[in-house]
Amino acid sequence: MKPAPFEYRRPDTVEEVLHLLAEYGDEAKLLAGGQSLIPTMNFRLAQPAVLIDLNAVKGLDSVDEADDGGLRLGAMVRQAAAERSALVAEKVPLLAETLPFVAHAQIRNRGTIGGNLAHADPRSELPAVMLALGASVRVRGPDGERSIGAGDFFTGFFGTALEEGELLTEVVLPPAVEGGGQAFLEVSRRLGDYAMVGVAASVVCDPAGRCHRASIALLSVGSRPMLAEQASACLVGERPSSAAVLAAGHAAGNKDIDPQADMHASVAYRRHLATVLVRRALTAAFERAGCVMGEGAS
Amino acid sequence: MGAHPYVGAGVVRNEDAQLLTGRAIFVDDVHLAGTLHAAFLRSDFAHGRLLSLDTSAARRREGVIAVYTAEDLGDYWCHGPLLVPPPPIAGLTFNTATLVPLARDRVVHVGEPMAVVVAESRYIAEDALEDIVVDIEPLPVVVGLEEALAPDSPVIHEALGTNVAAHAVQRKGDYEAARSEAHTVVSRKFSYDRGVAGSLENRGILADWNPRNEELTVWDTTQAPIPIRNGLAERLGLLQSQVRVVAPFLGGGFGPKMMMFYPEEVLIPWISMRLGRPVKWIEDRAESFFATANERLQLHEAELAVDSEGRILGVKDVFLHDSGAYDPYGITVPINTQCTLLGPYRVPNYYSEFTAVFTNKTIVTPVRGAGRQHGVFVMERLLDFAAKELGIDRVEIRKRNFLTPDEFPHNHEILFQDSAPLVYDSGDYLPAMEKAAEMIGYREFLEEEQPKARDAGRQLGLGIVSYVEGTGIGPYEGARVSVEPSGKVQLATGVGTQGQGHFTTFAQIVADQLGVDVTDVNVATGDTREFSWGTGTFASRGIVVAGSACHEAAIVVRKKILALASEALEAAEDDLELADGVVRVKGSDLSISLGELAVRANPLRGTVEPGAEPGLEATSYFGPARGTTASGVHAMIVEIDPETSEVSIQRYVVVHDCGRLVNPVIVDGQIHGGVAHGIGNAFFEELVYDDQGQLLNASFMDYLLPTATDVPHMEVAHVETPSPLNPLGVKGVGEAGAIPVGALYAQALEDALQGAVEILEMPLSPGRLFDLVHGTPSDPEAAS
Amino acid sequence: MEITLTVNGVEHRADVEPRLLLSDFLRHALELTGTHVGCEHGVCGACTVLMDGAAVRSCLVFAVQADGCELATVEGLAPGGGELHPIQDAFREAHGLQCGFCTPGILMTLVPFLRENPDPSEAEVRAALSGNLCRCTGYQNIVAATRLAASKMREVEV
Repeated sequence: MKPAPFEYRRPDTVEEVLHLLAEYGDEAKLLAGGQSLIPTMNFRLAQPAVLIDLNAVKGLDSVDEADDGGLRLGAMVRQAAAERSALVAEKVPLLAETLPFVAHAQIRNRGTIGGNLAHADPRSELPAVMLALGASVRVRGPDGERSIGAGDFFTGFFGTALEEGELLTEVVLPPAVEGGGQAFLEVSRRLGDYAMVGVAASVVCDPAGRCHRASIALLSVGSRPMLAEQASACLVGERPSSAAVLAAGHAAGNKDIDPQADMHASVAYRRHLATVLVRRALTAAFERAGCVMGEGAS
Repeated sequence: MGAHPYVGAGVVRNEDAQLLTGRAIFVDDVHLAGTLHAAFLRSDFAHGRLLSLDTSAARRREGVIAVYTAEDLGDYWCHGPLLVPPPPIAGLTFNTATLVPLARDRVVHVGEPMAVVVAESRYIAEDALEDIVVDIEPLPVVVGLEEALAPDSPVIHEALGTNVAAHAVQRKGDYEAARSEAHTVVSRKFSYDRGVAGSLENRGILADWNPRNEELTVWDTTQAPIPIRNGLAERLGLLQSQVRVVAPFLGGGFGPKMMMFYPEEVLIPWISMRLGRPVKWIEDRAESFFATANERLQLHEAELAVDSEGRILGVKDVFLHDSGAYDPYGITVPINTQCTLLGPYRVPNYYSEFTAVFTNKTIVTPVRGAGRQHGVFVMERLLDFAAKELGIDRVEIRKRNFLTPDEFPHNHEILFQDSAPLVYDSGDYLPAMEKAAEMIGYREFLEEEQPKARDAGRQLGLGIVSYVEGTGIGPYEGARVSVEPSGKVQLATGVGTQGQGHFTTFAQIVADQLGVDVTDVNVATGDTREFSWGTGTFASRGIVVAGSACHEAAIVVRKKILALASEALEAAEDDLELADGVVRVKGSDLSISLGELAVRANPLRGTVEPGAEPGLEATSYFGPARGTTASGVHAMIVEIDPETSEVSIQRYVVVHDCGRLVNPVIVDGQIHGGVAHGIGNAFFEELVYDDQGQLLNASFMDYLLPTATDVPHMEVAHVETPSPLNPLGVKGVGEAGAIPVGALYAQALEDALQGAVEILEMPLSPGRLFDLVHGTPSDPEAAS
Repeated sequence: MEITLTVNGVEHRADVEPRLLLSDFLRHALELTGTHVGCEHGVCGACTVLMDGAAVRSCLVFAVQADGCELATVEGLAPGGGELHPIQDAFREAHGLQCGFCTPGILMTLVPFLRENPDPSEAEVRAALSGNLCRCTGYQNIVAATRLAASKMREVEV
């Protein structure tokens, strides 16, 4: 389990990275935290000819409040740094709540926010959080800078909307809104494993106590993290109730997702877990939003 | 220091400082100048004709020193030894197919080595593996056990003409007659699967042939250095005295590091001799899943005949056992299953028949528990079903069938893995059961806690099962004890050590006899140059057999000390006492230190009496007539999340009997580790093969070992029925904890689910539990 | 590629191939073999070392990436002179190790954990250890040793 040889480059600036990407094209791989890439290289399942190490690039590891009150996370912010950041806890509690589920402490000490998103593992927690929060990523490429919404970013199994030569530089999270509440839940075989199913839910209630918005993102239920649209439809415009979140759970588990079986979970089990977790996550999210849940349909 | 201050005390370990500071030497820590590194090319196919291997590009790669295929081995290519010939069971069929060093014209499992590259670094060696062009013609693959026996099944070893590795029937009494008189017969089919040993340290070998003094030194992660030394000497045409095998600190053993003569183990020394340079091979985790033996599936069809009171009239069990592609270790695992099934119970009639089957998978040899858990699962489950059918409490049905202390020694009239009759030496099962029931709060749980939980919609269940375990088998081990002029004691024994605490427990035994501080006994083990006779550490035998040898040798040295001191102090031996490193005349200040006596025993001038031996040294051997029987009762309380099927363990209780405890802290540690391994087997661990014999979870990402958040706090208590078969009264404990967990988990789950499903299989993930309860299909691959 | 790094307070310069794993560099180039390798895919935790104070899997870092870093391995833990670090001492006292192969990685995981959590609960200790596999102990005595270490270290602090 030793990696194949590669050429190693360690640029200092984003410009240099872009230059190297242009030079090497798909022969090159970007090395962020490396906690998914290096195991794959050790198994020799990945054998990039060139490795462009982003760890020396300046300006990619800051955590800042955005002008609109949201949060800007540099792509190279370590997961552990985000987990410990008071600003993250204040501005994006859902992210702070979710990070401890990402592998183990030693992995989070190296693993980065941007690396995790660009890897786009459908079993990963952070992509689902980004979807639920309506986050976007900023990327820089040969044609300049652009922004991609999370909903457009994850395109398929380990696939993203990043074009050749582009670098994910920043994650932008929208500000919290009044009446909002979020929750993250997952069921995994062991603490730190990829979940069999996970749910990130973000809801917003209007002053009258009706659900104004419900974003329910699931992981490990298909080829990419996905938003449960039919589940949301059970809630939006309604007064949250145990019957409504139950219906949303069923919609998510039975209609929204397209799970596959693997050695840990059958299709039926995944659908069932999604049903349960969506209901539970929504219940917690509405509670945090300060919404009083009714018993039945309003 | 009074008599025997150490045996029985939880003294801290002598070896810990080395291990904690990173100074301890493991095989891969040995650095020799000029070492070359080997990597193996392994088959991607489970079954195929090996048509050709083109190694020319690999040989040309810079940094590559040599590449060997089966063809390059010449006369050195041969089948390995049959390590454990089967017991002489009447009517036994046994078909031998032992390991080969490199596949020659057939590959029979994924990961079978086909070529070895030797290079300046492991990195380069792995690069060169990719240069080798392999041509394999795939053949139909044998995966399932029943399929392997079908008339149209492909045959793995053509010379045998069958996939039957072994077939054996063992009988006691007349089961059919007993059945005809039974009040109730319960019969079920069971499947019990196990996985890898999962030592954190993979296997590894460093061989160094020194052409100047014609000596071969081999550092090997083996549990049995002396048999490896003997086998390598024979195979390489060397004297045993020319070969030194060192098993230094090992990062866990758990069975598969026994005297296996794995392909890598026989090739690396040969290559070192060819090249005249040290050669190292360190198994990586990916190869370990294919290259190191493991345990796997057995399928049982079993029935239990009982009278109206639940008393056992007889048991019948017919099962299939997966041998994997070769069977170098004979039938130890299924024999253990067969023998352990009987448990602590009075079973007047027994019919047990098994067929061991070759499949296109990695070989199966003993892993901690070694087939015992399969047998315990079958018996305990049958008792549970019988209890339910008769309306008898599950603790009560066990109590009614326990052997009583006056029934020992108890002969089960069948043969055990050591070819000796299965005779239990001692035991007292009722107190252990009662203690476990009390500790877990059996009555209170059933009468109060569980009904209350059920009313609140919670699924809480309790399991309580018992088992016996044959431990401490022969043939023998030895030990040499010698007092050095410093007064410190050197103790050498042949067994290797893999974390059991031998540096401490053996020292405790000797320190008690010689009246020295336990830290003044330096233990050397696992180096054939230190001690040349013995077999190894396996089958829960270290403390029983080697520990007894240490004891015997120490007694002889004690006698020598007293005789010499009696002369020196001019006092009768009866008036002397050994303590604090000196011999003292009781009730006086007159004393002489052990160091001084050691010097006197090895004079530079004068004469040693004819017939006397110099030094305060003795070597003794201990060989038990047969194994000794340990036993235990485990109890657990689980809670199932009714919505997600997640299971958590609320309580875990162990009451164990391994006779006299040499070091209770170490014994408890052994049990904790065993239970954790058992939890792995019950909840998490399964080698998942597809229908092409491909292992789908060959990594620690996908093959799940339990972590600190998966193993509960364990409450451990002991019952001590000393073994009459050894001077210390001890029984083995290394495997104990792992054995009953599957049976326990199944019972607890059924209890939690109020009998909604019967649990007839292990392991059982939450997903599988969900599918069982809801009747939904599990993934076909995962279910295979 | 030339790198300069500090390990246990000692500066090392070396010329390494980019693909050399930090675990192999420490073990075989510097002969600091106390750091063990159990899986080389970042699951078992045996190779855990401190990199600029943070616990990382040295099998998931290339040696070239440690250029300019301060590393700490198990060899640097004890103050020297035959003494043990309080965590090592607690592991000895509480029988927190058997074969000892996973132990260095566990110790190095615990150093920063106990620095940040001087009085952890059992559940917190277990979660902190969940990225380190041990096959021998069933974790029970590791958990006990960790809590004992915490109390020893709190005494030292006072």
